[in-house]
Amino acid sequence: MDTTPLANGRNLLEVRGLTKVFGTLKACDQVDLTIAKGEIHALLGENGAGKSTLVKMLFGSLEPNAGEIHWNGQPVMITSPGVAKKLGIGMVFQHFSLFEALTAAENIALSLADDTPISTIAAKARALSYSYGLPLDPDSLVGDLSVGERQRIEIIRCLLQTPDLIILDEPTSVLTPQEADKLFETLERLRSEGKSILYISHRLDEVRRLCDSATIMRHGKVVGHCNPRLETPSSLARMMVGTEVKNAERTTASVRGEELLSICGMSRKPAGPFSMPLKNIWLSIAGGEVIGIAGVAGNGQGELFEAISGEALQESADAIRIRGKSAGRMGISARRLLGAAFVPEERLGHGAAPRMRLSDNLLLSRHTTDGKAFVSGLGVVKSGAIQKAAQRIIEVMDVRKSAPDPEAAALSGGNLQKFIIGRELDRNPAVMVVNQPTWGVDAGAAARIRQALIELARNGSAVLVISQDLDELFEISDSIAVMHNGELSKPIPIAEATLERIGLLMGGAEPGHPDHAKEVA
Amino acid sequence: MRIELVKRPERSALFAALSPFIALGLTLIAGAIMFSLLGKNPVEALYYYFIDPLREVWSLHELAVKAAPLILIAVGLSICYLSNNWNIGAEGQFIVGAIMGSILPVMFPDFQSWIVLPLMLLMGIAGGALYGAIPAYLKVRFNTNEILTSLMLVYVAQLFLDWMVRGPWRNPAGMNFPETRTFSPSAVLPEIWSASGRANWGFVFAIVAAIALWFMLSRTLKGFEVLVLGQSPRAGRFAGFSQSRMVFFAFLVSGGLAGLAGISEVSGAIGQLRPTISPGYGFAAIIVAFLGRLNPLGIIAAGLVLALSYLGGEAAQISLGVSDKVVRAFQGMLLFFVLACDTLILYRIRFVGASAAKTVEATQNV
Repeated sequence: MDTTPLANGRNLLEVRGLTKVFGTLKACDQVDLTIAKGEIHALLGENGAGKSTLVKMLFGSLEPNAGEIHWNGQPVMITSPGVAKKLGIGMVFQHFSLFEALTAAENIALSLADDTPISTIAAKARALSYSYGLPLDPDSLVGDLSVGERQRIEIIRCLLQTPDLIILDEPTSVLTPQEADKLFETLERLRSEGKSILYISHRLDEVRRLCDSATIMRHGKVVGHCNPRLETPSSLARMMVGTEVKNAERTTASVRGEELLSICGMSRKPAGPFSMPLKNIWLSIAGGEVIGIAGVAGNGQGELFEAISGEALQESADAIRIRGKSAGRMGISARRLLGAAFVPEERLGHGAAPRMRLSDNLLLSRHTTDGKAFVSGLGVVKSGAIQKAAQRIIEVMDVRKSAPDPEAAALSGGNLQKFIIGRELDRNPAVMVVNQPTWGVDAGAAARIRQALIELARNGSAVLVISQDLDELFEISDSIAVMHNGELSKPIPIAEATLERIGLLMGGAEPGHPDHAKEVA
Repeated sequence: MRIELVKRPERSALFAALSPFIALGLTLIAGAIMFSLLGKNPVEALYYYFIDPLREVWSLHELAVKAAPLILIAVGLSICYLSNNWNIGAEGQFIVGAIMGSILPVMFPDFQSWIVLPLMLLMGIAGGALYGAIPAYLKVRFNTNEILTSLMLVYVAQLFLDWMVRGPWRNPAGMNFPETRTFSPSAVLPEIWSASGRANWGFVFAIVAAIALWFMLSRTLKGFEVLVLGQSPRAGRFAGFSQSRMVFFAFLVSGGLAGLAGISEVSGAIGQLRPTISPGYGFAAIIVAFLGRLNPLGIIAAGLVLALSYLGGEAAQISLGVSDKVVRAFQGMLLFFVLACDTLILYRIRFVGASAAKTVEATQNV
């Protein structure tokens, strides 16, 4: 692999044998990476492959255990993000670090750490944003901006420091397809100006479209360098995962059963200053059906989940019906007793208590529904029965773990998610509501989870999947509705749904809502 | 240069178990230094402090007398702290429990029957629980900080007791001393084994309460609810548990146990109400709860250790002539070292150079 000589004038960054060890885990093992000037370089890999660790070392947030980094041919020690910025490395994180109660310009000023007046910064940011086709009003409050606009702030903030290398971590995961196109134009422009970009992603199509070269990581090691334009998506996927990845098999919905979950004109006031209100939501799901809800993050999906699960109650009991019973005023336990099961977006701290063992986390969501099996008359927990059930779920869902009954936080994201989904499937729920079923989950586990959801529906249950991953929704849904700005569009049958049509709805350009309102009125 | 605490990737089980003992050892070392600064022989001082009180049977009884309220209060506090409710006002709940429990023997001294004592104990529990319900209600209804409200209510209770024993409840035959009439024999909590010393049934209550709460925490659904809501409130809500009900549960249990400790102390060890009925049991119990690692069984051991520090303080006062404030200093050092050891199990200290790494923390925790 080591073919390019050091101090080659073309290369901006050369990394040799970079290694980072956490305990016994080699998160990065002898990683080599070369980024030329003026190229967009993809860093591909599944979750947990070591991409983030590598990037954190490049940005100075983590110290490598071994290996060297050459910048413009000179060996450098990047001991902190401050050093990285001084060298000319800028980073746009996947999770933004912005203060919602401040304006865009104020947020930018905070990261510059000098005494430039805010008005100067605002003017510079405005000029820069328009010249790169990322229009941004520096005086707007971050809390009022969409996720895509917030990302622009991060990008502008990064560009203001005139970096030579820009690291972007999964930038399109929060964008609509149309917004992503805009971003690609900007990136191509930066490339033509001679900037280098390290582009982290697991979306193969966009990597093939955008990137000049790619480094692929698996289990902490570099498994290949390639030109993505010469590869097919499946050959890239094979390199990433190591084996062939199966898509979930979708059989067509055989018989539409009776209505199991219905939401009738539900509205909800915003719970906090920056949370989304829900506006007149109508939805009906029958047994045997998988309905997907698409949408850019932060358009009310979390609020919708809380409302359906009963963590937030409705004003009217009829706003939500589960298996024909009015459930709007019922808490989450009562809704579970009606046959509903819920899987929230956040695994640690919401779907599972991080410091508790898996068996305790089984009890977490099932102490009421399986009251007799798991809890004796006096409230004493039957730990034997729970252990047994936990082991059953672990086997069925193929949860990989290091100890017999480890703490939830000790599992990888994918394995914990398999356990949480399995915990609910084990009950054979009539209604299953899942928010982001495969967020941050490796491809193998994701396929397993999607298959399980489809099978559940085909056995007569109603399944509602809220997801930002359009590929996933197209793979498993019978119809797709779109959330935008707290409103839900009418579900589009999968046969009529196209990426473009869903994308437009996600951007709010063609609201399906009025159309839908007419029908119910 | 500045100092940072960086989270350790994994916790050492060995050091987690050793931590209370390390804290005790460090307290002894710091205590020895303190005594030598006071001009005393540290070895002799520590001997009087920690060994001498254990040499005779009657002083073991005294140990049980002092340990009983500490254990009773601390096991209740462990429920509070495990469920993330910071009740600092056990001293006040102790006092109000003592006042409520004393209504019968003080106001109706002629009512003498076997039922008086059980009624007193129940009223003591009710008094402490109701007083604990005040900060709980304020927290649930108005989102006030329970640390402040429960602490402030301590001073209210102390001043109320002071006024009661100087005013309405003063002993008519007591030569104007600020104290109530002494309780009739039927209102006195009996000694366990009166032939050898003073220890009363309060100590039995403490052990029973500790075992009962240990069972609840480790074996029942209610205990699971306490732990889940304390560790991850959002997961607790997802489980269908109510945060507000848990606030009340924790405060009522810990208030009730503090109230029981209060009436047991007054009825068993003192025999009347006085302006001061507690040498700070309610506060020392906070140390006991943490030294016992919030585990009711560990709290039994920790309560005995802290009780020893009270006895040792008295002994040191007599034999060495040091101030009784030394007791407070010891307890303070002990709490400091317990918390410091616990913190260092979870975090390590890192020294950061002046200019470097401004945002290290932020990005590492992403």
